[in-house]
Amino acid sequence: MATVLRIADLAYAYPGSDTPVFQGLDLSVEAGEFVALVGESGVGKSTLLRCVAGLVDVHAGRVDATTEARPGSRGFAFVFQDARLLPWRRVRANVAYGLSGLQLDRVEREARVREVLALTMLTELAERWPHQLSGGQVQRAGIARALAVHPQLLLMDEPFSAVDAMTRQKLQDELLAIWESKQPAVLFVTHDIEEAVYLADRVVVLAGSPARVALDQRVDLPRPRSREGAALQHMARALTERLAA
Amino acid sequence: MSTTHPVSHSERWGLPLPASGRTKRASRGRASRDSGRRVGGRHRWLRTRTGRALAGLLGLLIFVGVWKFAQASGWAQPGTIPDPWKIPEAFLQEWDSGRLLSSLGSSLIHYSWGLAMGAALGLAIGAGSALSTLADAMLGWLVRILRPIPPLAWIVFAIAWFKVTHAGAAFVIAIGVFWVVYFTAYSAVRGVDPRYNELARAFGQDGWVRRLRDVTLPSAAPGILAGVRTAVGQAWMVLIAAELIGMPGMGQEINAAAGVGAYNTVVVYMLVISFVYTLCDTAFLQFEKRVLRWRPS
Repeated sequence: MATVLRIADLAYAYPGSDTPVFQGLDLSVEAGEFVALVGESGVGKSTLLRCVAGLVDVHAGRVDATTEARPGSRGFAFVFQDARLLPWRRVRANVAYGLSGLQLDRVEREARVREVLALTMLTELAERWPHQLSGGQVQRAGIARALAVHPQLLLMDEPFSAVDAMTRQKLQDELLAIWESKQPAVLFVTHDIEEAVYLADRVVVLAGSPARVALDQRVDLPRPRSREGAALQHMARALTERLAA
Repeated sequence: MSTTHPVSHSERWGLPLPASGRTKRASRGRASRDSGRRVGGRHRWLRTRTGRALAGLLGLLIFVGVWKFAQASGWAQPGTIPDPWKIPEAFLQEWDSGRLLSSLGSSLIHYSWGLAMGAALGLAIGAGSALSTLADAMLGWLVRILRPIPPLAWIVFAIAWFKVTHAGAAFVIAIGVFWVVYFTAYSAVRGVDPRYNELARAFGQDGWVRRLRDVTLPSAAPGILAGVRTAVGQAWMVLIAAELIGMPGMGQEINAAAGVGAYNTVVVYMLVISFVYTLCDTAFLQFEKRVLRWRPS
């Protein structure tokens, strides 16, 4: 399987700070793989995503997004914790946001937007303003915007942490369905270990200061998984204990 | 009265609402409680549009009443205050002579060009210095030097550079407008949420034209438009100064009438300026609503 992301010996410190967030961090993600990144808050999970996305400048080491350059697609796309829709654009235009510069003509662009709106069940809401959406719909629009650029790696920063428990489960299942049909690699940051075990092929635990990969656990549970399943619960408990230790 | 009523009290009572959506909602809660008790209890008739129009009319009538009393009773020294009853007559006189319409037309030229030029430059330079550290640093002292100079003081240069032309009068108005728009555009662009810039970067939309068009300007639009709306009024306030360069217009008519003690005529032009301002402001408000229709109302 091809590797879509290879992080080697990464070091980063926040501007104005001498203590590095990461030092000598290694991590790789295979094509189509769903990797969950967990760890205590403040350990640098979101910062690691930002390093991958090139939103911050790393100090040392390498972040190689070894995605192939396919026309009409971006190597990665970002889903923010706060969805971050542009409030002055309707849902449709928000979803199309990443498409300019991808050398798609108008027909292709519109087809992309239609496709991802349907995938995220937002077709009916395409002409709404973001403030007219519920929290779950806002997150789905953020996911649609990311999917529209046909990314090979989807970077998701606690995308479901701000919605209620019922909506979260629904969104998780929708995300799995989309992932299974589109097969992008996913790097999914969460502080919820059960969520990580439910969704991911691999759970990567970040710990320490500076942070490094403390545990890289393969989740060999068959899909579709059950949240209440004994194996899943057992694995989540074991990971929680490792994390607390 | 319920505080979850679909129309907010603050809107219905015409209380000023803060600009940003979040504080708007917060203060609406407060306003509905306070004014709900005070106005809702004792002045129920103010809840309708007609009721509020009547109240506005009442305030106006009281004002004219006090004015007329001051003039007729000798409370004000005779000859220092016009007779309100004579204003319609003075208006007709100005209208019939054609002075009113021609000076209005001329003033509108000064006004439109001055407002457009001042607002465009204020926006460009204000936004530019908010976005460029170099421009900001270079303009820091210059702005402090030029800012307090009254538009009136520029008249000598307006005449020197533009002679006695519409452009000269528009120049003086543009200066008044420029500063209002410059400062609001500067702080509005400065205030753009950096998270949107991060979004632009994450989606490869951070070329400066795209970022300006898709993120910076729309995000700063509420602040910029609030500034331009202030300028829509400010531009009329500079009118007399602008037309001191010798260009015909309502400002010049006021000056001329004041020179010969024709107070009634002065008041006529004051009221025409008020009327035209109201039209401009209403039209601009509609435009603003349209541009900002994405905001929760």
